[in-house]
Amino acid sequence: MITATEIAKSVRSGSMSARDAVQSSLSRIKEHDSSLGAFLFVCEDHALEQATQVDAQIRNGQTDLPLAGVPIAIKDNICTDFAPTTCASKILNNFCPPYSAHVIEKLTHAGAIIVGKTNLDEFAMGSSTENSAKGITRNPWDRERVPGGSSGGSAVSVASGMTPLALGSDTGGSIRQPASLTGVVGIKPTYGCVSRYGLVAYGSSLDQIGPMARTVEDAALLLGTIVGHDARDSTSVAKNAPDYVANLSNPIAGKKIGIAREYFGEGLDAQTRSAVEFAIEVLRGLGAETVEIELPHTKYAIACYYLIATAEASSNLARYDGVHYGHRSENPRDIFELYSASREEGFGREVKRRLMLGTHALSSGYYDAYYLRAMKVRTLLRKDFEKAFANVDVICSPTTPTTAFRIGEKTDDPLAMYLADIYTISANLAGIPAMSVPCGFDSTDLPIGMQLMGPAFSESNLINIAHQYEISSNHFERVPG
Amino acid sequence: MSEPLTETEVRHIAKLSRLQLSDEEIAVMAVELSAIVGYVDQLGEVNVDGIVPTAHAVDVQNVFRADEIRDSIGTKTALSNAPVSEDPYFKVPKVLDPGAV
Repeated sequence: MITATEIAKSVRSGSMSARDAVQSSLSRIKEHDSSLGAFLFVCEDHALEQATQVDAQIRNGQTDLPLAGVPIAIKDNICTDFAPTTCASKILNNFCPPYSAHVIEKLTHAGAIIVGKTNLDEFAMGSSTENSAKGITRNPWDRERVPGGSSGGSAVSVASGMTPLALGSDTGGSIRQPASLTGVVGIKPTYGCVSRYGLVAYGSSLDQIGPMARTVEDAALLLGTIVGHDARDSTSVAKNAPDYVANLSNPIAGKKIGIAREYFGEGLDAQTRSAVEFAIEVLRGLGAETVEIELPHTKYAIACYYLIATAEASSNLARYDGVHYGHRSENPRDIFELYSASREEGFGREVKRRLMLGTHALSSGYYDAYYLRAMKVRTLLRKDFEKAFANVDVICSPTTPTTAFRIGEKTDDPLAMYLADIYTISANLAGIPAMSVPCGFDSTDLPIGMQLMGPAFSESNLINIAHQYEISSNHFERVPG
Repeated sequence: MSEPLTETEVRHIAKLSRLQLSDEEIAVMAVELSAIVGYVDQLGEVNVDGIVPTAHAVDVQNVFRADEIRDSIGTKTALSNAPVSEDPYFKVPKVLDPGAV
């Protein structure tokens, strides 16, 4: 499979046309997606038009197109003014945003070609892409298994080579967990690095958009394209973007890698554990040092997350009222029924469950015990990391406790599903960058991912370590059959 | 450990959430929410005395901009996704009726 880096180079040099690159992606989608279900919408005409434009730009001598002609898939909770944006929810059926997200403007500017919108758990609430109102997405490594979630469609598009790149969003692990389960690279940037303008809000203090790719270099290239300050997101950080690709080949000798036993405890699958331990040995072989660290509040992360994320969601999703856009119930008796019937008909089970939990956590009499207490525990989780990063450059762990689970296995047990995010959630609560990089396969050929977490704005360092690991292990050369 | 949520409490939360749940959904939700609330109750064992709550992980200060008129999307576009509208307004059922909630 050709990488995004190679495509962009060839298109810039004129040895490949953007149109050919896009045609090849579109034909792979036609061939494979009917059995995978990664895409909700393929924008063929728009993509070909864009490609023609990029080819013209190249012919006119334009050279500053880092993603020239590279096909990319976009999670369907990121607004595009040329294609529907549904969040895989009935309540946004056929919704066409009046504007595009900041990241979409950045991608178009960089010469990337958006080929379609991908499936997700409704409003990014889930860990398997089964909570989609538009149908499930299958894992290309074993079609009876889930691809993870909520960015399952984006992960599958990359894993099966339909596009070399995709964008996902990560509120509690929604980029890294599906990346791990489908054998691709996924990065959740530091909170504030990438503008959330045009990302449909779920948990606003946790949400970040990030890259998914087959190689670390491709993920770095995409990250470099989407970061940067944007005045339309008041939490966007005014910082110059480093050149992530330039640091890829730095040696990692002497880097200190933290190992926290809280991430290797009960519930971790034995094969996942040994693959991650072996990967850490590879890093030691490259000269890195390992240091034992403690993150004592880790066991509270899921409880903390499910109160904060759902509280924020209950406020964010109040906008779906049947008035301004989206589904509206027919013949409501009064305004109250217009709201409550439209929402009842439009939202799926998991979304309702989370809105109920969040409303409860914020309601009179429960606010102090739930929401306020969770925000205080969040401070303790942050402090755990601050302490750890005083002694180490990066923390290494598994991304997920198990490899991909079976379709339907956890749909009737919301708590069991929440536990799939046990290792990824803390990074969102602390606002720090984290990524998943493939580190092997279990005995049934399902991919395993290693997670790297670092202090705020240390993406360059994470990417450097991940790349050095990747070129010493070459797991990315294996592709699903 | 807190008591399981009763159906009356679940109905109250549903009303606050503006969700017209069916009786069957209320019953299922009572069981599921009770399990989740039972799980998050473990936060009660953490000593949080004197801990400042975190609302945002990254320090966010108030962000101001100049109070200048800029282009906006315009009424027509703003109404383009409205399920029911009457130019230049969104349309809703009568709200001033004394019988309405």
